[in-house]
Amino acid sequence: MSAVLEGRAEGPTLRQRLAARGIDGATLLVLPCVALILGLFIYPFLYGLMLSFEPKDGSLFGNYARFFGDPFLYGTIFKTLRLAFPVTLLNLLIAIPIAFRVRLMRRQRLLTTLLVLPITLGTVLVAEGMLFYFGPQGWFNRALMAAGLLSTPISVLNGYWGVFISLVLTGFPFTFLLTLSYVTGIDPSLENAAATLGAGPAARFREVFLPLLIPGLAITFCLSFVQAYSVLPSAVLVGDPAGATRVISIAAYQAAFEEYDYSMASAIAMIMGAVQLLVVVAVLGCRSLFYRGPAAGAKG
Amino acid sequence: MQKSIMSRLWVFAVWAVIGLFLINLMGLIASVVTSSFGTRWLGTWLPAGFTTRWYFAAWDEFQLGDVLWVTFQAVGAVVLLSGLLGVPAAYALARREFPAKRAVMLLLLLPLLVPPITYGIPLATVLYKAGLGGTLTGVILANLVPTVPFVVLVMIPFIEQIDPRTEAAARVFGANIFQMFVHVLVPMLMPGVLAALLLVLVRTIGMFELTFLVSGPGSQTLVVALYYAVFASGVRAVQSIDAMAVIYMVTTLVWLIVALRFVNPTQIVGRGKRPAA
Repeated sequence: MSAVLEGRAEGPTLRQRLAARGIDGATLLVLPCVALILGLFIYPFLYGLMLSFEPKDGSLFGNYARFFGDPFLYGTIFKTLRLAFPVTLLNLLIAIPIAFRVRLMRRQRLLTTLLVLPITLGTVLVAEGMLFYFGPQGWFNRALMAAGLLSTPISVLNGYWGVFISLVLTGFPFTFLLTLSYVTGIDPSLENAAATLGAGPAARFREVFLPLLIPGLAITFCLSFVQAYSVLPSAVLVGDPAGATRVISIAAYQAAFEEYDYSMASAIAMIMGAVQLLVVVAVLGCRSLFYRGPAAGAKG
Repeated sequence: MQKSIMSRLWVFAVWAVIGLFLINLMGLIASVVTSSFGTRWLGTWLPAGFTTRWYFAAWDEFQLGDVLWVTFQAVGAVVLLSGLLGVPAAYALARREFPAKRAVMLLLLLPLLVPPITYGIPLATVLYKAGLGGTLTGVILANLVPTVPFVVLVMIPFIEQIDPRTEAAARVFGANIFQMFVHVLVPMLMPGVLAALLLVLVRTIGMFELTFLVSGPGSQTLVVALYYAVFASGVRAVQSIDAMAVIYMVTTLVWLIVALRFVNPTQIVGRGKRPAA
């Protein structure tokens, strides 16, 4: 009894004061999740960063010096970017008009379902299917030859274009779904207003939609780029893993699991992360040059 | 008149691109399926005959029974754990304002923004150091890294839609937080939880990179086993690899179709990724 009175005299208890700041039993539910990410994501990342500064030769920057001194290693950055940039840009450029067309459809479900297929099938299955479909005796070449468009089979496999096509097949649906969700988020009355004021389709797109879409498209570009950038299975299976499509993830994988040099592998993983981060920051930085504001009239 | 021809051409071009994409995609899938049922297929449109024996061959050659069992265990554990960890965390983030909330949100976004192969290599190193590399536990732990934040981010908008007074009423009637979760929130959130977990399921079956980096001979999931089969092709009949690919395809497609009964894919991507904006 007296303890309760004392507590009152001192003002709110610690528990009440914490609750006032939003910390109570329910808030603690976030802790297991945070612990998991700290333990399995942040800690390995920091561990990898430390490990990358402890190369086999004992010097601090040995791994990084080796990476940037060897064209076979630093060249992988450009090979990766040479694939990831055009693929992401192409996917985005195809996705925008299609999203605008699909937006007007009543029954989008079948089309979107068909487009989700490649995401769930994954790069391994698409690569395996491509080996067959685009092969010299595959249906692709046979159909083009039967139609008289080709005289000899074209070979897209085992090179740059094989990986390019596999990335479009697996990456486009993802880009499209994101773009579609941004496009449908724009209030249609804005377009109607522009049309009433006499703007044609091209002008409506340029003056109304594009400024509103830029932030969403920047995010879409980043997320799609991340997917294309980390290509591994298709670069090995349908590409030329020793030459034109020796992407940075192959270099990291070989260092870790073929040379068992985890220090070097971590260094390559860090370089990979840094390059990707630079691209994301650059894209999001460009975004801030454009209009930022609500895209939906009364939508909360 | 000029303008309408232009716009018709434009519409035609857009549909042509969609058609081209879908035809090639379907052709690709159909050629894998056809090959897996074919006897001999050299230089013709269709195989000489049809058979199901490649499925039996693939089942024996690749120990698919074991691989499917490992896949089932790994995916089941990942789905269950990401639900148990993710949904309560999403509740806390949707309902409470606390000092470090922005930092927590950023922490949860990072694993979705960094490609799996980048953090997979340091993660695999740590797991091998801890003696978990190559084990089923290691595979499960690695796969939780992207799925738990995914569940949290998908669930936050679902929880925000529920009227907070429902929970207040439950608390007034004397339910503690656990009871409130089990009897009030989970039944109301079921469609959202189901949608999120089914997507986790499909993602985990198809998650190649993390499983590839962490798994060992006894802990390969179906997609990794398929990769090794294609990588080392030439030793084995191409048709039995295709049969395995079809088995893989069917396992993901069944769950995808189930998932699509509960969610509209555009909504889920919008919901899942919007917080990144």
